Amino acid sequence: MGKISLEVNGRKVEKEAPDNTLLSTFLREHLQLTGTHIGCDTSQCGACVVHVDGNSLKSCTTLAADVNGSKVTTIEGLETNGKMHPMQEAFKKLHGLQCGFCTPGMVMSAIDLLQKNKKPSDTEIRDWLEGNICRCTGYQNIVAAVKEAATKM
Amino acid sequence: MKYFNYHSAKDSKEASKLASSSSAFLAGGMTTIPSMKLGLATYKDLIDIKNIKKLSGIKVSGKSVTIGAATKHVEVSNSKDVKKAIPSLSSLAEGIGDPQVRNRGTIGGSIANNDPSADYPSACIALNATIHTNERKIEAAKFFKGMFETALKKGELIEAIEFQIPEKSSYQKHPNPASRYAIVGVYVAKHKGDVNVAVTGAKSCVYNDKEMSKALLGNFSSSSIDGMDLDSSEMNSDMHASADFRASLVVTQAKKAVDAC
Repeated sequence: MGKISLEVNGRKVEKEAPDNTLLSTFLREHLQLTGTHIGCDTSQCGACVVHVDGNSLKSCTTLAADVNGSKVTTIEGLETNGKMHPMQEAFKKLHGLQCGFCTPGMVMSAIDLLQKNKKPSDTEIRDWLEGNICRCTGYQNIVAAVKEAATKM
Repeated sequence: MKYFNYHSAKDSKEASKLASSSSAFLAGGMTTIPSMKLGLATYKDLIDIKNIKKLSGIKVSGKSVTIGAATKHVEVSNSKDVKKAIPSLSSLAEGIGDPQVRNRGTIGGSIANNDPSADYPSACIALNATIHTNERKIEAAKFFKGMFETALKKGELIEAIEFQIPEKSSYQKHPNPASRYAIVGVYVAKHKGDVNVAVTGAKSCVYNDKEMSKALLGNFSSSSIDGMDLDSSEMNSDMHASADFRASLVVTQAKKAVDAC
């Protein structure tokens, strides 16, 4: 048991949690931020991707204790004053989702890509999204959405 | 995941002091955590070594590139110094897993784990690496002992990996399309008076293919290994590739690597 102090979506949080608490569990069960999804739970599908200190990682394969003191951004932290993030808008506009289960991770991963590469090619987008699995869309519209968001961010 | 105690060590001394027969060092955790979640490994204590400053960073000298054990794959792939000194090492790091794995996974963790399909062990063999631990220096050729086995003793911590800068080198892999682990990966490095052909993914542990090394030492051209019929009796055979296909892939990837040098 230890104290976990994080800044999550701009809000400071401090909670006691067992040492074996995963970041995904901490976000979903201790903070009730259920936008971060748990798909495979074996770090392959990417539904659990969040940002920690500006970089994307898989929260189901990260201990909460391990990122103690960090700034965490989840899908819930993207909107500003009730307005969706340009990446969310692009996914909506171009049908970059169907069932929506992979979407939070897909969006968080794609935003990290655009932070590092402002104008990625189709190949670079596909390479980057290697760690995010979607079983509905066939990826075409996801790639189109990321390209669209690149023009808005 | 079963309960364990999490410790964050300040230095190597504290880390090895905390180590016991039921502990593990935690670096990126990209293998350790999934193994624990699946119940394949259980520990009473996890000793996080990422906050040990000495273990992160890249140093380049005239002859070698030394990478701290807790240095992340993304840091190796983005390093201008590594790109200049050993470009093949930088591109190897860029091809590991996915961006999220590269943001967390470390070189020391990969080597200590010694997965038979991991990328970095082949770089260690090909680039005549020296593994620096808190106790001694170990030559790569004596470090990788077998499937998930290394020369590390309990509580011994990798601090850095020192790679010899080759004249030319290239790493080529046929990745598993899902995990990006190497079904077969071949790291060819030409040093002064020596050629290494390090193969990962093909057998239970990384190895230096002496037959191909010898042929390439005589004539460093892909034609000198073209059509080579490798013994597949000790090669892995699974749903991804048969032993014979792996034997063929080793030659194909080696030829590609030589051509890319």
